[in-house]
Amino acid sequence: MTVFEYAPAPESAAIADVRASYGLFIDGEFTDGGGEPFKTVNPATEEALAEVATADQADVDRAVAAARRAFETVWGPMPGTERAKYLFRIARLLQERSRELAVLESIDNGKPIRESRDVDLPLVAAHFFYYAGWADKLGHAGFGPDPRPLGVAGQVIPWNFPLLMLAWKIAPALACGNTVVLKPAETTPLTALLFAGICRQAGLPPGVVNIVTGAGETGRLLTGHPGIDKVAFTGSTGVGRQIARQVAGTRKRLTLELGGKAANIVFDDAPIDQAVEGIVNGIFFNQGHVCCAGSRLLVQESVAAELLERLRTRMATLRVGDPLDKNTDIGAINSAAQLARIQDLVAAGEAEGAERWAPACDLPAQGYWFPPTVFTQVAASHRIAQEEIFGPVLSVLTFRTPDEAVTKANNTPYGLSAGIWTDKGSRILWTAQRLRAGIVWANTFNKFDPASPFGGYKESGYGREGGRHGLEAYLDV
Amino acid sequence: MADPTTLPKKTDQQGLRAFLHGLPAVDQTGAQERAARLASRSIKTSAKAAAIDLAISMVDLTTLEGADTPGKVRAMCAKAVRPDPAVPSVPAVAAVCVYPDMVDVAVDALRGTGVGVASVATAFPSGRAPLEAKLADTRAAVAAGAAEIDMVIDRGAFLSGDYAKVSDEIAAVKRACGPAHLKVILETGELATLDNVRRASWLAMRAGADFIKTSTGKISPAATLPVTLVMLEAVRDYRAATGRQVGVKPAGGIRTTKDAIKYLVLVNETAGADWLSPDWFRLGASSVLNDLLMQRRKLSTGVYSGPDYFTLD
Amino acid sequence: MSDRLTVRKTYKLYIAGAFPRSESGRTYVVNDAKGGFAANAAKASRKDVRDAVAAARKAQPGWADRTAYNRGQILYRIAEMLEGRHDEFTAELRRTGLSKADAAAHVDAAVDRWVWYAGWADKLAAVTGAANPVSGPFFNFSTPEPTGVVAVVAPDDPLLGLVSVLAPAIVAGSTAVVLASELSPLPAVVLAEVLATSDLPGGVVNILTGDRAELAPWLASHMDVNAIDLTGAAPDQAPELEGAAAGNLKRVLRPSGTDWTATPGIDRMTAFLETKTVWHPVGV
Repeated sequence: MTVFEYAPAPESAAIADVRASYGLFIDGEFTDGGGEPFKTVNPATEEALAEVATADQADVDRAVAAARRAFETVWGPMPGTERAKYLFRIARLLQERSRELAVLESIDNGKPIRESRDVDLPLVAAHFFYYAGWADKLGHAGFGPDPRPLGVAGQVIPWNFPLLMLAWKIAPALACGNTVVLKPAETTPLTALLFAGICRQAGLPPGVVNIVTGAGETGRLLTGHPGIDKVAFTGSTGVGRQIARQVAGTRKRLTLELGGKAANIVFDDAPIDQAVEGIVNGIFFNQGHVCCAGSRLLVQESVAAELLERLRTRMATLRVGDPLDKNTDIGAINSAAQLARIQDLVAAGEAEGAERWAPACDLPAQGYWFPPTVFTQVAASHRIAQEEIFGPVLSVLTFRTPDEAVTKANNTPYGLSAGIWTDKGSRILWTAQRLRAGIVWANTFNKFDPASPFGGYKESGYGREGGRHGLEAYLDV
Repeated sequence: MADPTTLPKKTDQQGLRAFLHGLPAVDQTGAQERAARLASRSIKTSAKAAAIDLAISMVDLTTLEGADTPGKVRAMCAKAVRPDPAVPSVPAVAAVCVYPDMVDVAVDALRGTGVGVASVATAFPSGRAPLEAKLADTRAAVAAGAAEIDMVIDRGAFLSGDYAKVSDEIAAVKRACGPAHLKVILETGELATLDNVRRASWLAMRAGADFIKTSTGKISPAATLPVTLVMLEAVRDYRAATGRQVGVKPAGGIRTTKDAIKYLVLVNETAGADWLSPDWFRLGASSVLNDLLMQRRKLSTGVYSGPDYFTLD
Repeated sequence: MSDRLTVRKTYKLYIAGAFPRSESGRTYVVNDAKGGFAANAAKASRKDVRDAVAAARKAQPGWADRTAYNRGQILYRIAEMLEGRHDEFTAELRRTGLSKADAAAHVDAAVDRWVWYAGWADKLAAVTGAANPVSGPFFNFSTPEPTGVVAVVAPDDPLLGLVSVLAPAIVAGSTAVVLASELSPLPAVVLAEVLATSDLPGGVVNILTGDRAELAPWLASHMDVNAIDLTGAAPDQAPELEGAAAGNLKRVLRPSGTDWTATPGIDRMTAFLETKTVWHPVGV
């Protein structure tokens, strides 16, 4: 028997020039922040990458004022055809610099280069390209003949897809004629700051895009700022709830894209090899740091044993390690805090009696790592079946009938996504109709596209990002 | 999945049909995605060197032309034994593959070298001949010394649902092979769907195939990664169910080292390392060999080579 | 005949297709526009809110499962029933202070509003849904779906305003719990009698009368309510209700000045729609 060992195949980190320190991007200039600077860490090595400014109240005031000025004097009055061309320019610049951005994303976030290169960056550029095309066609979008922008948008994004979430926020906002102040997550600010440089290369007028970095407090200052007209947030349901309370009684519009605990339902007639891939892609893509991850596997009892055996075999081929290695399937957990949360929930799963399994895998000594893990013997009442783990941890439950599958799938306060695996078309439609979730992947999982609306039911938030629907969040309709 | 050891006897058309149609479905898009994802593996440096030698050792160096002559076949055999005369460390290929009437030429040329002789048979490539003619074709090739027979299935019978006919024919050819190994060519380009590929793979395996092979090379598309993926899944599942290991041979369309390595990655991560040997995996190709040699030269010398430095036979 | 004593109506709540009194036994006096006694209306309690939400939740899947054509027919049936009781509604509205001509015009408009929304039932998906051209071998489509249970704090315009907020809430398959105008609740109760005789399944619409400042927070904070329409909420209470609605991230329709006589847009319907996007591979 030959052992086919893959030699290390590292992507060169040299393409990404990480500076020692980064300022805020306000009114087209990089400036110091008033708060205490913080360090962003490479989660694969635990080494500090750079020192990043923290925006305080005065900085947020300046950013909002710059955005307001740009909205009133430049961006708001600008014809849609001209706005479109700026966005097309940005899309092209993102394509030109995509490898640099992918490497930086992997270094700062811990995600495998294969994903940042093949998923994140192509989607980022595509999102700008898509919304660029809307900028001069808003009158045809079904929101009246001349829909107006809202004004200044305050946007707060998470650390799991840093640049992609930036694109989801900034592209539609700008296309509709708004200006933005965006706060990236404190553990992954670097690609947003590189994006600021791209805005400068594109000649985007100062103040149209402002980036303020910092932790939760900076986010609160931004979403609570009286000078903004719109709040868009992607992150946890807990923080989303706080923001909804903060915004209550103001004139600000709000869209929220929050947590999930998606059911991935496998019927006994599923295309089984593709289902196994879908399960793997559903929960181990991006280390499971995905709000729409298929974290609850609901498998029909009659095929459960066979499916799980195949799943374990497949999981044993997953390659965990250096995010910059082109063959890595699962990279580093984004932060020590997130790793601790995963470990806590996994411990709870074991304590509650679920059976834990992970393939043998050598984890690097330095950095934050967690092996791909599957829990069987999971009861619906277990914490690991209810709470969002946001890590590479799958909980397996079984069902006997389609009704039971749907009931179990819907039995959660969340409603972001769901998966269906069956070879029977009518069963797909029957199931999809009954699932209370904003995205239903049938015989596939974790697919994204700028033309496809994304967003949740229930406590997974409200509003849609992507497609024509995504315009509504940034128009006064 | 049904347990194939409890399968009905092979002439039971209805039972066979029920079994084949009871196999799990294949979603084409998902299979293509999986194959593409595996194809994006980055095999570099030491891994690439090992993969190139492994690939060379798996090549069934093939000439299947109306214009084949003894001279052409002898030249190919020389190349098969010593692919790069300047570098003795280059392994020999697994086998040469010729038409039945060229088997004796190849057997003479390869005697004592360890390189096998494979012959296509059964009215290759169309398979459109009476069963007796196909069996005679097979016996003649075996009698001439072929150690491996590459037969084609009756695609017409398969597509018309006459699975028993296909199965019986494979079993008959298998008997005619005697000690020779039987590779069953599914001609996946004519089967059109991956569901059919999976069904034909199982049909061939349970009828006695030692290898299942994608294509004759005369039909486009020939071997593709998704088709090979599904066949590798089939041999994996078949061994899990029956304990018998069956080999896989993609053929046609494999032209570059990159192509060859993609297939090896597919084997490694689908069927597993047990299949990573010429006993269980072959590459039906000819032009790929020179590219493998050229890439090998680059790895050993550090400079890029050119086609003039490798023989064209 | 003039000495005949008229039989008066008892104005009760409308929950799960039935007309119960408040479980609390409470009532409050409703006066006519001149200050005279009109009726005792039921004064619903938080437990009535609870029961109404439970009824709405129970009725929701079945209502959503009706075909859009069927929902449209039922809404049209409501218009027919309302038309048939035109005089009664006109009389009710006159008691709230409208002139005879204005009252009749309001009833006309209310009937027409049901007709307008009835026609939307099987068109909303065409207008708000989409087939999305994603870049890959997938068929991808987005369809609107009802959000679930909608709490409605109805405006004080007792019939036309009520109909204008209720019809869009239910047309797509959501069910509703309505807090009727506190000042003029009687037309809402008569409307409930129309709903009860229009083939509308019990529980699809539940109407509560009473102290709205007392009841609205229970609806806003209820974890099994998916959305809340604050159109009729008092300006000083609306922010608090919106804040309470954040508890389970309800969809919130904020209060806004609306001319109920104008032709509505679709935003009152889309406010209570979810967009579901389904992906499926294309292959052989």
